[in-house]
Amino acid sequence: MQLPRIVRQLMHRRIVMLSAVVLIVITVLALGAPWFASADPNDTAVLDRLKAPSSAHLLGTDELGRDMYARIVHGARYSLAIAALTALGSMLAGTVLGLVAGFFRRLDAPLMRIVDAMMAFPDILLAIALVAILGPTLLNVVLALVLVYTPRVARVVRASTLVVRELLFVEAVRALGVRTSRILWRHILPNLLSPIMVQASFIFAYAILAEAGLSFLGVGVPPEIPTWGTMVAGSQQYADKAFWVVLFPGLAIIFTALSLQLLGDGVRDLLDPKLKKTL
Amino acid sequence: MYRYLASRLAGMLAVLAIVAVIVFVLTRAASGDPISVLLGDQATAEDIARVQKDYGLDKPLPVQFGYWVREVLQGNLGQSIFLQRPVTQALWERAEPTTFLALMAVAIAAVIGIPCGIVSAVYRGRPVDQLFTGVAMLGASIPSFWFGIVLIQMFSVSLGWFPVSGYGAPGAPLAERLHSLILPAAVLGILNSALIIRFTRASMLDVLGEDYVRTARSKGLPESTVVLKHALRNALVPIVTVLGLTVALMIGGAVVTETVFGLPGVGNLVVSAVLRRDYPVIQGALLVVAAIYVLINFSIDLLYVAVDPRVKL
Repeated sequence: MQLPRIVRQLMHRRIVMLSAVVLIVITVLALGAPWFASADPNDTAVLDRLKAPSSAHLLGTDELGRDMYARIVHGARYSLAIAALTALGSMLAGTVLGLVAGFFRRLDAPLMRIVDAMMAFPDILLAIALVAILGPTLLNVVLALVLVYTPRVARVVRASTLVVRELLFVEAVRALGVRTSRILWRHILPNLLSPIMVQASFIFAYAILAEAGLSFLGVGVPPEIPTWGTMVAGSQQYADKAFWVVLFPGLAIIFTALSLQLLGDGVRDLLDPKLKKTL
Repeated sequence: MYRYLASRLAGMLAVLAIVAVIVFVLTRAASGDPISVLLGDQATAEDIARVQKDYGLDKPLPVQFGYWVREVLQGNLGQSIFLQRPVTQALWERAEPTTFLALMAVAIAAVIGIPCGIVSAVYRGRPVDQLFTGVAMLGASIPSFWFGIVLIQMFSVSLGWFPVSGYGAPGAPLAERLHSLILPAAVLGILNSALIIRFTRASMLDVLGEDYVRTARSKGLPESTVVLKHALRNALVPIVTVLGLTVALMIGGAVVTETVFGLPGVGNLVVSAVLRRDYPVIQGALLVVAAIYVLINFSIDLLYVAVDPRVKL
């Protein structure tokens, strides 16, 4: 895989470029939150509650008079961090599980039955139960979401492993007496990278939505932490008087999730044109 | 054929058993203590011991698991700690809104998703395909609670067409209950149509490349007949699978939408049980929801065998 060539081809696609730009802007805003939003996201000002967007408050203020723009930019830090860690964690765990299940025939059936069982629970319900058990902290939300999405990655990785392990070059390195761990790591894994990366970008998007959903239900991160989900949850009853309290955090979620999916889709089209129609 | 069915059945039972273990371990691993919640700080040691005994909490875990499975197999999911009635009864009371909601939502998703998916596949790569594919991806990016709040503002608060929340007054006629489900079903249906569009498109593209479609075309049949009769019929099998699994996932998985619209559904029951640490309800609901999914999945497999003559292993 020549990375520069892929990046160059991606740049030729307008939609992929656009989503990349959106994601970069959001990431930069999140990383530099204190510089881009000087207002304190938790500073309450009762006199300024539910103010419409203006030059003083770019996106208005919420029911406690907190600056919406500052909260969205600071919230991006948490929302993105939770989703990124979820994508990373489930990618790692799912890859190991999927590789093992796909390569070692004897472990395949039992591992996949466990994966089937975990996927029998609706994502959000399993996440709620896990967070309830682990306790509602930032790290536990990540842990719960990793557990929810790992089976998904494991399935994809297993399916690809089953294909790759039958290829001739695997037989060749085996005949050469290469150790199994090395075959897995050096010869099979690199061939699985593109489906794994595509899955990771989708899970990144789903995790943003799932975290928002959990926070909305009051079983996610503690309400005092500004994430896009807790913002909507806290302000929803004011939606009729001040539409911006719900509109803007929602748009932040939508733009981010959409860009991630478009990016994942574009990368998949490029890396594996055959997959384009099946997924 | 029978061997195939037997192996599928064994696989399903294994998955159900693992589901039971997961549910049991999860609910027992919970850090909260239901007894202190139930009895308060003033409880004496004897009170605690008595309640532990009543609920079987004093035995080792594997024994408790054995007891539990035996009870479950007899249709007893235990007693809710807070609602003071059997979990099965609590679930049964919540079944109606959840089931109707899931069916209405999937119907909406199918009505939107299948035609859009067909058009996308037929005009592959054209602007209309890109439009529908883009819309599908947008649908998969909108949080359901946000969409629900927006629709409530538009259709319930501003226009007054639907109730803002709830499932009709207790004992309300069926028409009124269904009326209050229209908006939540629209939320779930529209957002889930994204998945159906993608699946229909992929399935149609597969079928449109088949030899029999070429044969039908070369016979001089009109394109509409080729697409709708020859291709769609064959493409429909995987689409129906997804529709079935979507219904299954909405039993319990529609919890966010149920909450936004204040519907007394199964998902809602689980959330309130989680907030109150009502183990038996969480346990029972998770088990039933997952079991329904596994059973629907299995029935779809059986349908495949019945419907498709090629599936004979």
